[in-house]
Amino acid sequence: MRRRYAVASAMVGALALIALAGCTTDPNVTAPTEDAGATEESVEWFDQELFDKQDAERDVVPEGPDGQPWLQHINAEMVDTSEFASDGAKKACFANASISNPWRTTGWITMNQQLKVLQDAGVISEMETRDAQDSDDTQIADIDYFIEEGGCDIFLISPNSTAAMTPAVERACDTGKPVVVFDRGVQTDCPVTFIHPIGGFAWGIDTAEFLIDELDEGDKVVALRILPGVDVLEQRWAAAEKLFDEAGIEAVDYFTGADPAEIKKIISDELAKGDVDGVWMDAGDGAVAAIEAFEDAGVDYPVMTGEDEMSFLRKWKETGLTGLAPVYSNFQWRTPLLAAQKIFAGEEVPQEWVLPQSPITAEEVDEYLALNENMPDGHYAKFGGEDLPGYPQVWEDRIVP
Amino acid sequence: MTAVTTDRPGFGQRLADLGRALVSPRGAVFLLLIVLLVAIALINPSFAEPSQFIRFIQRVAPVAIVAIGQYFVIVGGEFDLSMGSVVTTQVVIAGNLIGQDDAKSLPVLLLMLAFGAFIGLVNGLIVSFLKVPSFIVTLGMMLALLGATLYWTGGAATGNPADGFREIGRGGIRDLPVIDILPWSVLVLAIVLAAAIWFSKRPFGRTIIALGDNPTTARFSGTRNWWVKTSTFMISSLSATIAGVLLVGYAGVHPSVGRGYEFTAITAVVLGGVVLGGGRGWVVAAAAGAFALEALFTLLNFAGVPSTYRDAVQGAIIILAVAYSATTFRARRRGRGIDAPSPSSDPVADAPAEASRPDSPTSPDAATQISPPAATQTSPAPAEERDAEASARPAPIPSTPRADNETKGGS
Repeated sequence: MRRRYAVASAMVGALALIALAGCTTDPNVTAPTEDAGATEESVEWFDQELFDKQDAERDVVPEGPDGQPWLQHINAEMVDTSEFASDGAKKACFANASISNPWRTTGWITMNQQLKVLQDAGVISEMETRDAQDSDDTQIADIDYFIEEGGCDIFLISPNSTAAMTPAVERACDTGKPVVVFDRGVQTDCPVTFIHPIGGFAWGIDTAEFLIDELDEGDKVVALRILPGVDVLEQRWAAAEKLFDEAGIEAVDYFTGADPAEIKKIISDELAKGDVDGVWMDAGDGAVAAIEAFEDAGVDYPVMTGEDEMSFLRKWKETGLTGLAPVYSNFQWRTPLLAAQKIFAGEEVPQEWVLPQSPITAEEVDEYLALNENMPDGHYAKFGGEDLPGYPQVWEDRIVP
Repeated sequence: MTAVTTDRPGFGQRLADLGRALVSPRGAVFLLLIVLLVAIALINPSFAEPSQFIRFIQRVAPVAIVAIGQYFVIVGGEFDLSMGSVVTTQVVIAGNLIGQDDAKSLPVLLLMLAFGAFIGLVNGLIVSFLKVPSFIVTLGMMLALLGATLYWTGGAATGNPADGFREIGRGGIRDLPVIDILPWSVLVLAIVLAAAIWFSKRPFGRTIIALGDNPTTARFSGTRNWWVKTSTFMISSLSATIAGVLLVGYAGVHPSVGRGYEFTAITAVVLGGVVLGGGRGWVVAAAAGAFALEALFTLLNFAGVPSTYRDAVQGAIIILAVAYSATTFRARRRGRGIDAPSPSSDPVADAPAEASRPDSPTSPDAATQISPPAATQTSPAPAEERDAEASARPAPIPSTPRADNETKGGS
């Protein structure tokens, strides 16, 4: 008798497990919460004012020297830097967030080649760099070290995160030395200049408009996102999600960590569920795996947006799919050092230095493929280092300084 | 399920046995797997089509192979946290050294296997002779390999290796009836699993379990502990190498391929009812654990769980599943105690040992719920299960020596 009892109790456990698994899969339960989550998310990251600003900036013809996009600027409000004018070679101190992804690695190589030019010109004596390895704490310590004992003439800062880095950047400003911030921003306008491409909303608008043009209402788009919580990436999705929603495109998003195996699984599952007409990515890393998933399933290629990473451009060309390569201008890594040159020369620089950011279209892809023919797959086509010493060998060998 | 309670002999009895096997700790993972697969098929009927299902097996193959490798290390009483980074390193080696030259495939494959074996050898020798806990050794190895990969690649993949090499993970025998395609990965998984089952039935395989159960008795019985332990690490690194070969085909070269595989593998192994700390487990259940995990991920994909709290749902289900198998497992342990020759002394011997173990029931109700007599009834487990158990524990020593094993601090 008691054996029955034990078996029965085990059964109850099993049933509970089944019920639990059932719960999570019950569409009635998940559907409403999904909507709640979506609205919450867009409330948090969507910023209509910034959206409109970046939307407008996409159409502005940038000012500055032709053929040197890293020196161009959009809607700039110039500031006087004559107080910093000074002769002689200066020491630059660079607090870098990390070089942990191919985009940052490419930029870092370009920056070092730019540094060589300025060292030869006698503008910069040396650049001391501290790599925070994606840690806010480390970067705060790095900046404080530069302030206390770095002997710096100028601070170059690529913040790891916006809010956490603001006080440290303010402390650097308090030294009276010029401060240049680039890539991600901080919540203070004390730096002499803040250098960045137009931004995440512009990326989202470019990509979403392209997909909406190429697709019909009711078509399905799979959005592959790298990480949650990074403002640059979240803004890309916030803009795209809003536009997809307005255009009646069905979009589902996934976090992939840029892992190609994960991406392939996600696409395979989505293809098993039904047709996928478009693929949207918040960064091009892993785009090839997404395309291969369509090949393996033996279905037509989707309309797709990736990034100007060589692996995507090559696969795009090879497959002949309908695509767009949005660009988060990698050449911005040259600009901080060039800004330093201008500041020490007493030339005026933009308070907010908005660099041009224009996607690579199907008409331009051949040109960029030819320009970067021998570059590794993780290289970014718009790296903007063609006139620097060591081109192309340094980028081809991808020697990380 | 209800058939368990019917009185019909023969078929009913067999169903009852099956039912009991499924709710037993070793069978729990199969029950979970079946539940998950049925749930997926209900949400998305096309999943049950043979051609779709074989693709699912193809996708699970690398994880399952890593889990099989991890099984041998865990059942031998250790951990291998370096597996994921071994996968990453092998993927990068394949990408960098093979390039677009098909002729290099074989030499580089041999190099990768040699490299995998070498990493396992280093891990094993450090654990055995320098007496460093494997948790630390393999954690260090993980960081060393990841750092070396980053240094070598500069953070970016150089590109995928030749298509011929990638075919192993990506292609298969095409134009077959019913399943449409038989991926090479599925064949590789079948071979690895068959080899693992065969190996664990060999004396050497049994010695690994004996070592994980009680290193002291293993040594007294003439085992060369260092060599057995080192070979488990070599098996795990080699299985990570094979997984790497499959993944470079399936996914391509990227520094993030293989990331987190060590924890996925450990979760799969635990889900398969294998005891952390060693001495107990079944390699097939470990592989089934990997299938159950992947099925869970797939289920969440199909169910449209929003990406923001997908991980939380995943984690909760894993904890519940492991807790379930741990609970039923404990119930059976108590039961066996009564089977032992001197019933009066056994509960006493069992209780303190149980208390000193980290996985012991901390809540009093869990302990009282499963009273010894009630547990006796679960002990008539399926015959083949008892067989394996008997061989898994060479001597009728209760769990007291295992407590001693624990006090050595994860050695």
